[in-house]
Amino acid sequence: MFFTYLRRELRRRRKAALVVASGLALGIALVIVVSSVSSGMEKAQGKVLQSLYGLGTDMTVTKAAQESDTGERPRFRFDARGSDSDEEQSSDRVMVQGFQTLAASTVSKVGSQQGVSDAVGGLSLQVIKVSGQFRQGEFQQDQQNGGNQQGGSGAAPTGGPQGRVEGGGADFDVNSYSVYGTDVSKPELGPLTSSKITSGRTFTSSETNAEVVVADKSYAKEKKLALGDTVTIKGVKYKVIGIATPDSGDAAANLYIPLKQAQTLSDSKDKVTTIYVKASDSQQISAVKSTIQKNISGTTVTTSADLADTVSGSLSTASDLASNVGKWLSIAVLVAAFLVAGLLTSSAVSRRVREFGTLKALGWKSGRVTRQVVGEAVVNGLVGGALGIAVGLGGAYVVTAISPTLQAEVGSTGGAFGGGGGPGGGMGGPARQTASKALDVALTAPVSLSTIALAVGLAVTGGLIAGAFGGWRASRLRPADALRRVE
Amino acid sequence: MYELRGVTKRYKRGNETVDALDGVDLTIGDGDRLVIQGPTGGGKSTLLQMLGGLDRPTSGSVGLDGTDLAKLSETKLTKVRSENIGFVFQSFNLIPTLTAQENVETALVPLKLKAKERRERAAAALESVGLAERLGHLPAELSGGQQQRVAIARALVKQPKVLLADEPTGNLDESMRDEIMDVLETMWKEHGLTFIMVTHDSAIAKKAPRVATIRKGRITVKENADS
Repeated sequence: MFFTYLRRELRRRRKAALVVASGLALGIALVIVVSSVSSGMEKAQGKVLQSLYGLGTDMTVTKAAQESDTGERPRFRFDARGSDSDEEQSSDRVMVQGFQTLAASTVSKVGSQQGVSDAVGGLSLQVIKVSGQFRQGEFQQDQQNGGNQQGGSGAAPTGGPQGRVEGGGADFDVNSYSVYGTDVSKPELGPLTSSKITSGRTFTSSETNAEVVVADKSYAKEKKLALGDTVTIKGVKYKVIGIATPDSGDAAANLYIPLKQAQTLSDSKDKVTTIYVKASDSQQISAVKSTIQKNISGTTVTTSADLADTVSGSLSTASDLASNVGKWLSIAVLVAAFLVAGLLTSSAVSRRVREFGTLKALGWKSGRVTRQVVGEAVVNGLVGGALGIAVGLGGAYVVTAISPTLQAEVGSTGGAFGGGGGPGGGMGGPARQTASKALDVALTAPVSLSTIALAVGLAVTGGLIAGAFGGWRASRLRPADALRRVE
Repeated sequence: MYELRGVTKRYKRGNETVDALDGVDLTIGDGDRLVIQGPTGGGKSTLLQMLGGLDRPTSGSVGLDGTDLAKLSETKLTKVRSENIGFVFQSFNLIPTLTAQENVETALVPLKLKAKERRERAAAALESVGLAERLGHLPAELSGGQQQRVAIARALVKQPKVLLADEPTGNLDESMRDEIMDVLETMWKEHGLTFIMVTHDSAIAKKAPRVATIRKGRITVKENADS
């Protein structure tokens, strides 16, 4: 009887039921879209952060660059060759990038701190290579003075043969790229974990000092590098064993080589620039941070939360928008929908005074009448919930299908995460770049099961609130009203 | 058996106090048939509400088989209504979305019978009022007389001791009126009910063995020698 009565009543008042359900649906759909977009924002932020330090890293330990270091610039010296010479000269400078180095022993010291599960060191380098032809100019003597004479300057010496210098100069190419020295014994930590090896292989644990290199896919494409090719850095030839594709954003470096090789190239024996730390318990990260800062002085410990605070750009703006405006808009619409549903249900009960009064006169208890009203309201809520979930999923699907691109600028603090300025640092010398990095990320709106559960919960809550309004009204009806209405 | 002693019901209507019933004393024996008449606003329906346990008196007692309905808790009063009292209303008061059979079943819901038994008893009740062919019809698909027959079946399906009818023919034309009165009379006789009916219709009142008249809350009862 309960379900038959309920079904028939909802069918009879389907327009009113649809109004109530639509209001709830709107609120629930908004909640789903806002939740999924917020979740997408978090995911995008996670991708941005992950691209900097890779999976599994909870924090990094670095030492900020000293002011005095910033004035140091690389110098390249080439001897000019004869004007007929096609000889190509090249010179490269390998510099530690971004941070002051830490002693390699600090890695084990960090690793032994309470709450630290694992720690691994890495060395970030910037290589600037200048290569090309450097020719002397040729002295052309005036015909009346006869003969040719080579000279290094453009003007003829006073009192000497009369003539002019022609030709000479330089034709050179500057190539700047980043190299990351990675600890091959612990491949599960460090910046290389933010990329997948899509061709070839990664380092084996025995290649601690091998002359092998893993190239970033974009860099390999730009330089036409393939597996088995060689890359020369400061005269050392490295064999390309793998191509790495970043999971998102930019790679941490253009080239990855074993840590020991990186230390040798940069004359930084037993030095690292960044220590990647994995905490034993992800809930205790701030406590571990404090422990490391306290026990190892002069270092900067940066957690992913610290870095997340430095995310700016449209991603940050959109994230703020979703978490503030979106959240409050959803709450406002939901509250309004609940109130409207409650008032409409209460008003429907008022129109059914004779009906409920008759049932009470027939011996129906108030509780049974109230349950009938609440049942109808809850079904209304569930219909609204189903509609809301459908609309919300549609909205989330549209956001994911469009995938609007958001820009994230990460970090501007001296102690920001490892990989530093990213690949292609460009000219400007071995400037200690701040760890600022701009990335484009596509926004998605993943809908989780918990979001669906929340929507169902809200639908039931909406129904119960509406039912409470109507049920309260119905419970106060007196059976005598059934007769009084007749008079 | 009903025993009403000094039943008073006062309402507040704005600043005015209205005595709907003023010291009513009335005895109605088991199986009696009583017609209540009187002018509009005289207190007929209020008396019927007291008899049906739908309302409580301001003072006095409403005894039904030795139990004072005025002093029963709401739960117990609901139980008395569900088991012992059948109602027939002027406007039929059927649930518009339920079929004739389902409407009759609503009276059996408080008795916690199994669905199958409810359906069978409802069908039998409808058959007894001549509506065996109309079980699945909605109220809107039935004539006024048929709707009132459904209401009578609903009142009687639980086999109550008392049948209270408030202007049961008030919304019906003359031929329908006679038809419904025949049905009610038959049921009264067959079931041995105590039958109390409010009506304005003098023709109906003439046929009743006892007629109570209420004016300004006061009651007078006359035996009807013609019936």
